[in-house]
Amino acid sequence: MDYFALFGLVPHFVLDRVALDAAFRAMQAEVHPDKFASADAAVQRQAMERATLVNAAYQTLKSPVARGRYLLQQQGIEAFDPANTQMSSAFLMQQIAWREQLETAQERADAAALDHLEAEIAVAAQQHEARLAALLDERHDHLHATETLRELRFIEKLAEEIHAAFDTLDG
Amino acid sequence: MALLQLSEPGMSTAPHQHRLAVGIDLGTTNSLVATVRNGLSVVLNDVHGHALLPSVVRYLDAEGRSEVGYSALDKASVDPHNTLISAKRFMGRGLKDLPDLAMLPYHFVDAPGMVQVRTVAGAKSPVEISAEILKVLRARAEASLGGELVGAVITVPAYFDDAQRQATKDAARLAGLTVLRLLNEPTAAAIAYGLDNASEGVFAVYDLGGGTFDISILRLSRGVFEVLATNGDSALGGDDFDRRIYCWMLEQAAISVLSDHDKQLLLARAREAKEALTDHPSAHLSAMLSSGQFVDLTLTEAVFTPLIESLVGKTLAPTKKALRDAGLKAADIQGVVMVGGSTRMPRIQAAVGEFFGQTPLTNLDPDKVVALGAAIQANLLAGNRAEADMLLLDVVPLSLGLETMGGLAEKIVPRNTTIPCAQAQEFTTYKDGQTAMNLHVVQGERERVADCRSLAQFVLRGIPPMVAGAARIRVTFQVDADGLLAVTARETRTGVEAHIEVKPSYGLHDAEIARMLKESNANALADVAARQLSELKVDAERLRDASVIAVHADGALLSAAEQTTILALAEALAVALQGDDAALIKRANEALNRGTAEFAALRMDASVRRALTGHRLEDL
Repeated sequence: MDYFALFGLVPHFVLDRVALDAAFRAMQAEVHPDKFASADAAVQRQAMERATLVNAAYQTLKSPVARGRYLLQQQGIEAFDPANTQMSSAFLMQQIAWREQLETAQERADAAALDHLEAEIAVAAQQHEARLAALLDERHDHLHATETLRELRFIEKLAEEIHAAFDTLDG
Repeated sequence: MALLQLSEPGMSTAPHQHRLAVGIDLGTTNSLVATVRNGLSVVLNDVHGHALLPSVVRYLDAEGRSEVGYSALDKASVDPHNTLISAKRFMGRGLKDLPDLAMLPYHFVDAPGMVQVRTVAGAKSPVEISAEILKVLRARAEASLGGELVGAVITVPAYFDDAQRQATKDAARLAGLTVLRLLNEPTAAAIAYGLDNASEGVFAVYDLGGGTFDISILRLSRGVFEVLATNGDSALGGDDFDRRIYCWMLEQAAISVLSDHDKQLLLARAREAKEALTDHPSAHLSAMLSSGQFVDLTLTEAVFTPLIESLVGKTLAPTKKALRDAGLKAADIQGVVMVGGSTRMPRIQAAVGEFFGQTPLTNLDPDKVVALGAAIQANLLAGNRAEADMLLLDVVPLSLGLETMGGLAEKIVPRNTTIPCAQAQEFTTYKDGQTAMNLHVVQGERERVADCRSLAQFVLRGIPPMVAGAARIRVTFQVDADGLLAVTARETRTGVEAHIEVKPSYGLHDAEIARMLKESNANALADVAARQLSELKVDAERLRDASVIAVHADGALLSAAEQTTILALAEALAVALQGDDAALIKRANEALNRGTAEFAALRMDASVRRALTGHRLEDL
């Protein structure tokens, strides 16, 4: 089942989030196990499987990294194939700089520095998403889209680490 | 029945019959039962007019007779070893998980999976103790509603892990209740609050109960309650505030050794003082200890506030985490709903108000709001026509994962994933010729397995010998709408499979539940059979009616032959229903069930298509 088709959307990286959210809720309202609470076990199981699928599709389309990966998979490309880790040297340098900033902020328990880094990363993520939109939706340049997506995934992981660092600060 | 529920509005199915269903808030300190009556959610009182049932069970004798509630609470200091208070804190917990053991007057027995307490009635597990409370609430509801319940929604703290949820479900089954759903307490509160106020937007529910703390961030939009993030501490609540006062009393009165009787007495005085401080600047504490020492103290707000400040802080840390997980700031929150008796403390209200920059909402009784919301959900799940079309989308509170090399936990289902959900991950063998793989399922956020909760261990056997790294073992985690986990492991080249409902290692085995049920029902076996027959008949009639109506409504989805088959099966069931042969009815019912399973799926798909094409997206 194609996730975009499931929600009645065109398979694009640029996505109408309001339409996605509305379609997701409309569909869960039909298939959610709560609607079949007094049904027999077989029907309950079907409802659980369908609701699970709808949730998985929504999670995939909602996240830019997962959505980009899914679009490339539909083209037969596994963006996160461990055999392919190519990234530009400029981005690698940037990675190292960000990592150092994160480590320093963690060592000093410096919430302001974490805030600053988080904001910087958010800008980088936006830029990458804009580039991905152009590469996937307009130029159909899968090779460069794959590389940009890997960078975006790195950014997302770093954002998660910043998130975890904040959690640690909060105790 | 699925077929029944899929009928379109306006196309009435069977003659409308109100099915009795309740919402139960099984609290650490107090429990309540509520139901929807004439379209309104109401708490059911006992014969004395009490809404709250103190969650206290006192075992009276070796036969296992017990008293529950206020009468038991009154005996807590007289009979401390047999009077169990706050048993919810022990649900799904082993002895090593329990802090503050020294402060508790119970004789704990370390049993596999879950701790037990030795009483005059023998060793009792927290599941059995909780079942006593649920039985009283069930009886109250049945007396008040004048009939048998079709089921109940039982609430659990959002931050309860799988073991604690499973233990709660077991307790309900032991009390003879059909569990329609386990519902997270803050979500239940949001339902009651949201429907009452027709709210839209993002809300925070701050739920500080007797023994647990939850914070949930929800988006409310046109009847959809979507939990964005949840966090908490399943071992933090009003009890901890009492203990701070208790310790302060020991220190002030220079008491070192206490009998169990005195412990309970002072804890009760501590709680009274805490409650008095809600409306007064100071509280008086006095108690005569068994040693003859007279304790006489005054606790002022100025002393109390610093005493509890670190506990207040312990609720704000999870609050910050939940907000961050939801990708929001405190200023994005439209309203903060206060739930749980402990939120009556002025210091809590001030701290929460300061954190969110707004006065928290306290217009619904914080003791009742969870049960009221659970009743609304129960009414809906029981299939009664509800006044509001409502949908709950809840999440997994704590990440679920597997142990990998080096004692590390690999997360499979991250926290705050919307349920129901399934995630799969591939693993491989690390030795040549390895034919079995041990899988250790854990829950928690920490990296090391030792710091997470161990939920289950099982072995996938029969992997054909291959070189290391050649086998492809796909492990699937499925979390259902109750938030309960099932794990399946499969070697994908050969199809060798192993499956586990995570339950048996921490909860009770089915056989154990059956034994307990039998013990408590020993003299009511005939009643049970009669009741089962009547339940079976009601269900079968519903299925028969629904099937016939569905064929008439959506026959277009079927071939003529398929229609005839279903109608013939429905007729066979109708014939069986004229007699009292339970086995025959069951067989005919199952045959019709099987015969309509595919039709039900077709109707579900058709209704999904209608949902998408019937409306334009902007109308949704």
